[in-house]
Parts: sequence; structure tokens; C-alpha cells
Amino acid sequence: MSRHPAMGRLLDRDRPLSFTFDGKSYRGYQGDTLASALMANNIRVLGRSFKYHRPRGIFGAGSEDPSALVQLRTAGRTEPNIRATQVELYDGLVAHSQNNWPSLDWDLGAVLGLASKFLPAGFYYKTFMWPAKFWPHYERLIRNMAGMGRSAETPDPDRYEKRHAHCDVLVIGGGPTGRAAALAAAKDGSDVWLVDENAHIEELDGVTVMARTTAFGKYDDSLYGLLERTGDHLAAPKDDAPRQILWLLRAGRMILASGAIERPLLFANNDRPGIMLAGAAARFLADYGVCPGKRAVIVTNNDSAYAVAQTLIDGGIDIAAIIDQRHLTTRREIAGCEILHNHGVIDTAGRRGLTRVTVAPLDVNGDAVPQSERLLDCDLLCVAGGFTPSVHLYSQAGGKLTFRDDIQTMVPHGEVGGITVVGAANGELDGGVGEPLNLSLGRAKQFIDLQNDVTAADVELAAREGYQSVEHLKRYTTLGMGTDQGKTSNLNGIAVLAGALDKPQADVGITTYRAPYTPVTIGALAGREVGTFLTPTRRTPLQEWHEDNGAVFVPAGLWRRPHYYPRPGETMADAVNREVLAVRQNVAIVDVSTLGRIDLHGGDVAEFLNRVYINGFKTLDIGMCRYGVMLRDDGMIFDDGTVARMGDGHYIMTTTTANAGPVMAHLEYYLQVVWPDLDVHLTSITDQWSVVAVAGPQSRALLESLDSDMEFANQALPFMAWRAGQIGGITAQVFRISFSGELAYEIAVPADHGHALWEMLLAAGEDLGIIPYGTEALTTLRTEKGHFVMGPEADGRASADDMGLGGMLSAKKDFIGKRSLRLPALEPEGRPNLVGLIPKDGKTAIPPGAIMVDRETPGPGMEKAGHVATSVFSASLGKPIATAMVTNGRQRHGETLWAHSPVDGRVVPVEVTDPVFIDPKGERLRA
Amino acid sequence: MILITCPHCGPRQESEFTYGGDGANARPAAPEDVDDAAWIDYLHLRDNHKGPHDELWQHVQGCRRWLQVRRDVVTHQVISCHVLSADIADLADSADMVEGER
Repeated sequence: MSRHPAMGRLLDRDRPLSFTFDGKSYRGYQGDTLASALMANNIRVLGRSFKYHRPRGIFGAGSEDPSALVQLRTAGRTEPNIRATQVELYDGLVAHSQNNWPSLDWDLGAVLGLASKFLPAGFYYKTFMWPAKFWPHYERLIRNMAGMGRSAETPDPDRYEKRHAHCDVLVIGGGPTGRAAALAAAKDGSDVWLVDENAHIEELDGVTVMARTTAFGKYDDSLYGLLERTGDHLAAPKDDAPRQILWLLRAGRMILASGAIERPLLFANNDRPGIMLAGAAARFLADYGVCPGKRAVIVTNNDSAYAVAQTLIDGGIDIAAIIDQRHLTTRREIAGCEILHNHGVIDTAGRRGLTRVTVAPLDVNGDAVPQSERLLDCDLLCVAGGFTPSVHLYSQAGGKLTFRDDIQTMVPHGEVGGITVVGAANGELDGGVGEPLNLSLGRAKQFIDLQNDVTAADVELAAREGYQSVEHLKRYTTLGMGTDQGKTSNLNGIAVLAGALDKPQADVGITTYRAPYTPVTIGALAGREVGTFLTPTRRTPLQEWHEDNGAVFVPAGLWRRPHYYPRPGETMADAVNREVLAVRQNVAIVDVSTLGRIDLHGGDVAEFLNRVYINGFKTLDIGMCRYGVMLRDDGMIFDDGTVARMGDGHYIMTTTTANAGPVMAHLEYYLQVVWPDLDVHLTSITDQWSVVAVAGPQSRALLESLDSDMEFANQALPFMAWRAGQIGGITAQVFRISFSGELAYEIAVPADHGHALWEMLLAAGEDLGIIPYGTEALTTLRTEKGHFVMGPEADGRASADDMGLGGMLSAKKDFIGKRSLRLPALEPEGRPNLVGLIPKDGKTAIPPGAIMVDRETPGPGMEKAGHVATSVFSASLGKPIATAMVTNGRQRHGETLWAHSPVDGRVVPVEVTDPVFIDPKGERLRA
Repeated sequence: MILITCPHCGPRQESEFTYGGDGANARPAAPEDVDDAAWIDYLHLRDNHKGPHDELWQHVQGCRRWLQVRRDVVTHQVISCHVLSADIADLADSADMVEGER
């Protein structure tokens, strides 16, 4: 095909470009789309269709195109299912055809087309449902057959941004209607934005005009999603520019001037390359100067085709005939052009692109008159079936549509707050009003949805099988479910369904329009929130030290805590065992700054604590700490921690790391909503303090060697007491509390001094052999000691009594969750209890998460006794141990159960024990 | 992304708030005095209205106040929003029932 010498208003013929398609080089011009450039190079077949692998070409000229889909770019930038009609050509562009194997010209899947009578609507549902266990195999096969493009397998090198903005008026659509609306709206000084998906939109005075920007979605409270393609028209974005910008725009009002999309007509084999929307053919000629064919037939049911015919004639295309389906009293004429009134196209031919159409006169019923066919040679068939208003964003906002018989299409009906629909989108279809769709032209496949290969016969079959609601029809046949979202097919599908049901189209309705209008890349939705920016990382004041000293990290909420500190050559197990033994036998330190700290002030804090913890707090003296457990109102454990009384009406509470935020919100809820009369003020102070736990039999010796005004002797600072003072000149609070079960202290200093304290402790403890330890050693230590934690043991289904803490439940006061303890479900009999486990052979690791049953070989009648919660190797005991939640477990110590791993299939016989493996009398921590 | 007009902070995006459950579900003032059925009703049973619905939201990334939001669960329109607190009753009165934007 050739370029017309004068036409092509968007082309810059002084700037030739080169590009490749399926590995072959071609030439185009600046201003081309990939579609127009391929057309200018005589490429008619762009890919194979989804289901039948039929050759498909360019059908539309813009975002409505259902079939000209390509794989664009390469490596990390590659994207599948990109409409060639919307790709602006750049020098060096690389594109590939999709959905063909081994090649576009010789496609094995096309054999399916020959077997197509075996692939009716719902074929996969009907065929692959039985036997059900084979579904995974079927699914893989179907995915291979049906897959279109391929996703990138390497990271996208480009940057995507998100921006938030407000405006008074958003105008969607840069055509004459939208431009007039924008200018009018801007007259009073309003902040007006005009967006259009196309590249070439002229500036307007007083209006923010955004080209290459698609308004893809309308969301709650006047929020609009806009995708600005800042770098898609270039080989790669310029240095400082993102590839795309996702705008989240709140607009006071929206004016929808999105125009209308041309409707195809139905006839046999209406999908061949060379068949395209009439308006698209005219646009290729006028905008890009490319002739979509040499000899054209135009088929229409409305007046719009005659202007197209004139454009084609001006472009030098030979018009074989204009086929007008209508019974007109006044016949149209165009010089030198045969016009066949009361005729229809009933079939087409051409294996790899159109070569001939069959036309026939129509009788009064619209049926082709038998034995009166005429064959017309042509390589272009323009179809003009009227227009469908683009009401997507109005409909997304909840706007109702009504079918207007006079223009044979759906139009907005009624008000949606803040939205005005204007021009063609509102049904003002000047000259483009089609007659009712003729459904009886030809016996072979009449394609409705070119992207998903849905035919009129599929819709009729679905209706016969009972899928008579449009929503059911859509899901059963996949009509309109492709990346084009049925822009050219939905209305024709409804017309066919109405015909099959013998109902007026108005009564059939239409499927809900959903965002996005055109596909939005995941990259744009993710923006900068990728990799380490996916969520913020909270860093303790010691994070840098941990990083510099070889810590292996583990996520804990938004924190990354040191998991363990391996030395050269050490495995994880080596390092953890060394760290555990240092605590049990010597001294070691751990960064516990991540625990939540909440400061409570006010006259009623003791009363408040009494209500939120299961145990009493009114007797807590200044200078002392107390362990407490919180429940939810349903009686299940919510969190645990310690509270230190700092002074009159002043307490500091600690929470678990992961629950710091939820506990704060929980306390605020009860203070603001349930007990607003209480005088309590809460402040989160987690970030203000750096806290280091010093644990091990040598920890007192270590503290006593420091320059401090505090006394650390047992009488001066007994278990569960705290003191304030200074250490090495740093203001410090020292709490004698222990998680490991050893003699231990938690030292809190202002955050900025945390690093100094840490270094001071390491230096002072050098002779004692001090080392840092991580959360894995912490887990082992607390498991040895029989302490539960939130998550593995207290998983939201465990009561205080389940954990063996029934004795803490105060009978003297009410507290959150107490009422639930009287519910039948909380009766102790039959509840899961925290127990310890040791392997019967004393050496086999107990699989974490394993299900505990009463026999080695699972079988009918077996009891599910519980599950394994935490499994560790106890370096202190020299064998694996675990915690588990076991039904009536406290009465089952000594019993043998089998831990069955559902993951790796291992079965380990275990003995149920008391959960406290180390120092059950607590002599070490009180030493 | 709905807009919630916080009586303290003004119209803010939904993402600044966390949802806190059914706002019509008042905690019994004296839990020990209610029978099992009433307590279970408070714990677990919720009405599922079509239309306006009272909800609790906390402005966690703003003033941290718990708010009673009346919202139409069909259209997502926020009908009203007020502070749930007696100790700032004066402030709540002046900012009470702040109408949604529409």
C-alpha cells in the first residue's frame, strides 16, 4: 500500500523512522502509529485470534480496536496485548505478533479453527469439569492455548509516579465538544483540566490541557484516575522523566465529552484482515496518509458512510460499491460510485486478508434474496453500523442508561451528581444513526467480539441454555471481557441476545461498565511503592550497627530485626546455639527498641489499667513493674507486656512489637468511646527510647562494672523493680525484667544515646565474652522457658487459661473480656492448652505447624489433639523441643502423640510435657 | 477512595482512617449484668443494612479521634461524621454532624 502524497495531517515526512515487526525492519514517519506504519508497509495480519487462531488485522484506529494487539518492546520493558493503533512510532521500536506458533503465517493453533464447531460457548466449562482432579492439568493446557502475550521476566527499568491534584472542572475528551465545554467553563476563572487519550491536542487559553492522558476510572467522591503516558512515545523515558504518571484527581465537576465509537455490522466471516470500521479507514487516510486498501467496498446502515466514501475517493481509493442496507425513499448518489440499496454483505473470502465480498439484495424482512448474490473483488471492506456513545465514566459513577429506539443505542438517562454528559456521548449522533442491526446475513461465523472470538451463534446458544441475563451472557461467552472491554461488541451482543429472546433491546439491559476504560499497567498502579519502598522500614537507633556487624535480618511488622549474627563459617544453627548459650551461661545483649512503649498520665491510670488487663494494677508501687495480659472482649488474648509505675499518675506500658499500633488504637477506643470519664492521657513513646536487654548470669557483674550512680545488687534492684539514674553520663531507666528466664535487665536511654550505650556495654563486657543476640535466640530462650508469644501460641483463639495463666484472672474487678469467660465455649474442659513437646527419640526435629494426632498412621476415628506452635533446637538442653496447643493438654503430660507435617509428610512421635523446660521455680531470674 | 470530613481536621482521604466496626453496636455498660444471648449479640451479631449505616472510624493519621460516620453503603456517600467522646462535648457540639461534601 502506498502513502497519499498530500493527506496525513499528523505525519512529519522529514523525519523517517525505522522499526521492526517480528524481526523484520520497516520504515515509518514521525507521527505514525504502529498500526498506520504497518499498514503503510502492507502488513495486514497482525496476530491470531484468541480462540480459533484466525488471522486478524487492524479493525479500528484508536482505543476501540479489539484485534490489533502486539507484544511491544523487549526485556524488562516488554508489554503484551498493546493496541498497535495507540502506539506512537519511535525510532527503533520493536514489536512482535502474538498468539501464534510456530509463526504468524503458519499457525498450528489455526487447526482449532477447522474444529471450531466443537468449541461452542461454555466449551471449557462443559468439557473439563470431570474428573475434577484433572482440572489442574486441563487448566495448564487451556492457559497455554489461550495465552496471548507474555509478561516481562526481568524488572521494569522505568520509573512510574503518582500525583494527587484538585480542579474545579474536569473535561474528558478533546474533540470540538470538549474544547468548547472547557473554554466555557474556564470563563469564570475556574481551574479547568481537559484530558484526551490522543497525542495531538492543541493548547487552550486558561485550560490545563493534558494529551496522552486517559481518564480511566471514576471513583468515590469525585475522584478520577488519569493515566498520563509521559514516556510511552519514546524508546526510553528521558533521564528525569517517569514512563507514566498516575494522577488521582478530585474534580468538583466532570464534563464527559468522550464522543462515540463506531459499531460494526454482523455478516458471515466479518473478521478478516482488511475489514475495518469505516471511520477508522477514513482516519488512517486523513491523519496518516496511508491507504488502507486499493479497492474498497463500504457497507452501511446509516448516512455516515457517504462522507467516508468521499474521503476514500479523495485519497485515490477505488470504490467497488457502497452497500446500503436501508430501504430508502431518497437514494443517495456519489459521482463515479456504484451504490447498491437494499443490499447486504452476506459473506467474505480471503485466507490471509480480504480478497472478495459476497453481496445480495435484501427482501422486506432483511433476508438475503436467494440465488441473487454478486461477488465483488476488493481488499478493503469498510463497515458502518452507527455509533455507540462512550458513556463509560458516567456509567462507572452509577449513571443509568436507557435504550433509545430512534438512535438504536444506549444513552445517559437521569442525573449523576457532578457529571454532565455532552455531545456524541450524550446521543447527539449527527448523521451516524444506524438502523436496527440485521442479524440474518450469512450462515458462517458472524463475529461479535473480535478479541474473544465470540460469535452470534455463541450468544444464541447461551440464550438457549438459559444464560439470558446480560451479566450471565457476558460471563458464559466472555463477550466484552477482553482488554478492549467490548467497546465495539457489547451493543451488538445485546442486539443478538434481544433477537434470540424475542425481546426489545430496551428490556435486555447492558452489563455494568467498570474501570479501567483502557488497561492500566501494574507499574503505574504501583508507582514508587516497589522493592524496599513497598512499605516504610522502621529503623531502631542501632540499625546501622546491626548492618555493619553482619546481622541477618527478619521482618517484624515494619521493623527489620536482627535474626542472628553469624560469624565467618557459621551456619544459622551454629550462630543461634552460640547466642543461646551465651545468655544461659554468660551475658549477651539484644536490641528491644521495637517493643511498643506507651506513656500513660492522669489520675485514673491505675483504674484504667485494671480494666484493660486481666490482673490487678492498683497495688503496683512506684519503682516496680508488673506483667499484664490484655484480652479482647471475646475473651481471647490480645496482647501482653509489662507496666512500670514511674510516679503518681504516671506509668509506662510496653506492648509486643507487632501489636504496638493496634494496642494504642484499642486503648484510645476505650478511653474515647466507652469510658470517656476516665482521666488518662496516652502518648506513644516507642521512637523516643532506645532499649537494650542485658541477659545472663553475668549481667549484674557487667552492669556493676559500668560508671553509674545506680545500685544493681539484688536487694537494691530486685526482680520486677526499676530504677532511674545515669550510666556513663547517659540518663537511663533500668528495668529488672526477663523474657529469657535468666537474670536480666532492660536499659532504656533516650534514642540518640542508644548507640553509645550499646558500644559501652560491648566494651565493658569484652572480658566477660559478651555478644549480641538476635530474635531466633530470643525465640529459643523463651520457648525453653515456656513463655507464649502473640502469633504462634496466642493466635487470637487462645484464652488466658489456655496459656496456663488462669490464676492471673482477677475475681475482684471487671476487665475487658471478662464477661466472655462465662460463655460455654470458654469452659476449661476441652480447651486447647499450652504444652511442651520433646521428640521420643530425643533428637528428631519437630515439624513446625504439624498436626498432632493420637496415632502414627492416620485413619478413621483418630483424634486431632492439637498443633505444633513453635519448634526450636534447645541448645541449653541439647535436643529439639516445641510448644503446642493440645486439647486438655495440661492433663496429658507424659502422653505420646504423633506430629504429622502437612507440608513435608514427616511424622514424629513426641511426648507431651510441661511447657517450662528451664528453671521452673524461677530461681535464675530472681538470683 | 471516599472522603471523610473529620470534625477536627476537615475533609480527608479514606486512607488516613481505619475502619473500626459497626457504630450502632454499643458495648453494654455493665457486661456482668447481661445474659449470654445479649453478650453474644454484642460480640458477634451485626445487622447488614442496605442504605445508611453507622460506622466507627479512627483518624489514625490525623487527630487519632474515634469518629461515628454515617455512610450509605450502597452509594458510599458519607452522610455525617461526628466525634465519639463526651469529654470534648463542647467541641463535638460545634463540629457535630458535619455534612458530607455532597
